[in-house]
Amino acid sequence: MKPKTLFDKIWDSHVVRSIADGPDVLYIDRHYIHEVTSPQAFNGLKERGIPVFRPAKTLATADHNIPTKDQHLQIRDELSRNQVEKLNENCLKYGIELFGLNHSKNGIVHVIGPELGYTLPGMTIVCGDSHTSTHGAFGTIAFGVGTTEVEMVLATQCILQPKPKKMKITVNGNLHKGVTSKDIIMHIISEISASGATGYFVEYCGSAIKSLSMEARMTICNMSIEMGARGGLIAPDEITFEYLRELPSIPGIDNINVSISDWKKLGSDPEAIFDRELEFKADSIKPMITYGTNPGMGMAIDGSIPLSDVKNGKASVSFIKSLDYMGFKPGMKLLGHQVDYVFIGSCTNGRIEDFRAFAQIIKGRKKAANVTALIVPGSKKVEEQLASEGLLETFKNAGFEVRQPGCSSCLAMNDDKIPAGKYAVSTSNRNFEGRQGPGARTLLASPLTAAAAAITGVITDPRNYISEKIS
Amino acid sequence: MAKVKYDILESTCVPLPLENVDTDQIIPARFLSATSREGFGDNLFRDWRYKKTGEKNNEFILNNSKYGGKVLVAGKNFGSGSSREHAVWAIFDYGFRAVISSFFADIFMNNALNNGLLPIVINDDHLQKLQDLVLKDPSTKVKIDLEKQTLKIIPTGDSVRFEINPYKKECLLKGLDDIDYLLSMKSLITSFEKTKSLEI
Ligand code: SF4
Repeated sequence: MKPKTLFDKIWDSHVVRSIADGPDVLYIDRHYIHEVTSPQAFNGLKERGIPVFRPAKTLATADHNIPTKDQHLQIRDELSRNQVEKLNENCLKYGIELFGLNHSKNGIVHVIGPELGYTLPGMTIVCGDSHTSTHGAFGTIAFGVGTTEVEMVLATQCILQPKPKKMKITVNGNLHKGVTSKDIIMHIISEISASGATGYFVEYCGSAIKSLSMEARMTICNMSIEMGARGGLIAPDEITFEYLRELPSIPGIDNINVSISDWKKLGSDPEAIFDRELEFKADSIKPMITYGTNPGMGMAIDGSIPLSDVKNGKASVSFIKSLDYMGFKPGMKLLGHQVDYVFIGSCTNGRIEDFRAFAQIIKGRKKAANVTALIVPGSKKVEEQLASEGLLETFKNAGFEVRQPGCSSCLAMNDDKIPAGKYAVSTSNRNFEGRQGPGARTLLASPLTAAAAAITGVITDPRNYISEKIS
Repeated sequence: MAKVKYDILESTCVPLPLENVDTDQIIPARFLSATSREGFGDNLFRDWRYKKTGEKNNEFILNNSKYGGKVLVAGKNFGSGSSREHAVWAIFDYGFRAVISSFFADIFMNNALNNGLLPIVINDDHLQKLQDLVLKDPSTKVKIDLEKQTLKIIPTGDSVRFEINPYKKECLLKGLDDIDYLLSMKSLITSFEKTKSLEI
């Protein structure tokens, strides 16, 4: 048989029908929904007068626009409240399980899916959210879709989808101390640009990737979309299985060992052909930071902003506009630049491991006076872990306030906005104009870099604060 | 649900010569709280169209009364970022029926095709020429013939062919709905569910 990539194996086994000259009808194993991109899809079902085809395969959470303070009170913003109520109504009406606001399992959709055992190797997963790529860390085909496609899945458990091309990204070697998986993916995006993988689905391989924890792998897959990729996945291995074994339960699976023996077969054949292959060396990666208004505009923290976005040429209008927005100049260094806000959270870096890393630098130190910090766990479970591991205490002693779970400042649909003109070092995934609030200036970085900025009040190399290897 | 059939489109254009325009710019997240598909056009490019004070920003091209029409001539890598279909609804609601660029983000492209907004990909050179032409002469008209897959620049007579997935083209031309199509396959889907195994 012709050698196949892992992506092809999973995709092909989920094709219900291939339309000649058209997209495939792809069967979806797991569908996650949230309050912002689902109401219009449910309206569509109502207009057609049809039910949800397989309600047990859809799971819902409220995360995007909920407040991160006083969640037990009524949501003040009327439109947000309406959206959350609509989600409650729709889930009730159509028999969909909901981990809504104040539910003990509530959290950001891409954080709770894996931690509750709903994301499993070999699955196809979609959600009306581009960071659905996160779930690829388990060896799944997971990608974001629009609301029309949400409606397709609700109506038929299938979507129409053209098959993307395949890219292999190999990262070999060891990471230096103070360099994390966030830096790996930010480095890759800065090398290939914010559109460098458009049209592709990526498989991440290599010793550096294989040595990462599941949380760290999720960070990498999460940001695949930031280079334009449809998604990214990593073949499951012992680290994946160990993570799954440690979950309190996995819905629908009685004997995990039987499933694991199936999942062990999930991998690309050695001779499989990719449309494009790239290689990176882990030991040449430094802590990264962005200086512009798309995730491709990133550099090593001790570097200087490039003079132009065109090699040996005049900078484009977009490049100049972007630096203007950030209040930066070409050639400038960012180390030592003032920081006003620090945000740690989001589906990229809102998991327990991220807070542990953050705490490593924070412990025994104090927050800089000029910094406002937003510490937002990705889920209720992470919130509990922060308490049980004593991290809440560490953060409090350092002068930080810890919020309740939600997307928060990652997209600023709620009150957690960064004011215009202010600089925020953020562990989220997008530094677009106004993403964290109108006029906000976002600098994407790892939890370690965010911690170093939080205690010094300026952009700081986290390697100065790390004595042993963390990855 | 019957959709509108996509006819030959002849129109002036609005140029937007910026690269990497993401969906957060097209429609900022704080306007995503609605639960219907209508009305997003008012907030299209909100933070570029209006100043922080709420006044219109006259420097932004959408506020320049010289430019108008149903075709948006965008820069490279249009529609990246968030999967929000609201971005397409906003562009459509504002009155655009086609967006021309040299490169679109995948999810945006799918969303556009699912909503009767035609994304037209032409090469960088052609795009640059069209941008320059429209910027200089706002009365420049284009003719988009989906059936023939051609984009004609009327004053110069130049015609460029563009690619589109044949299935999607048919859907747009006939006003067909994907969900109706999928619904018609339910028995096939049900039998797929029965035979599907984890065996890969
Ligand atoms: S945390 Fe940010 S990127 Fe992740 S789902 Fe929420 S809004 Fe989207």
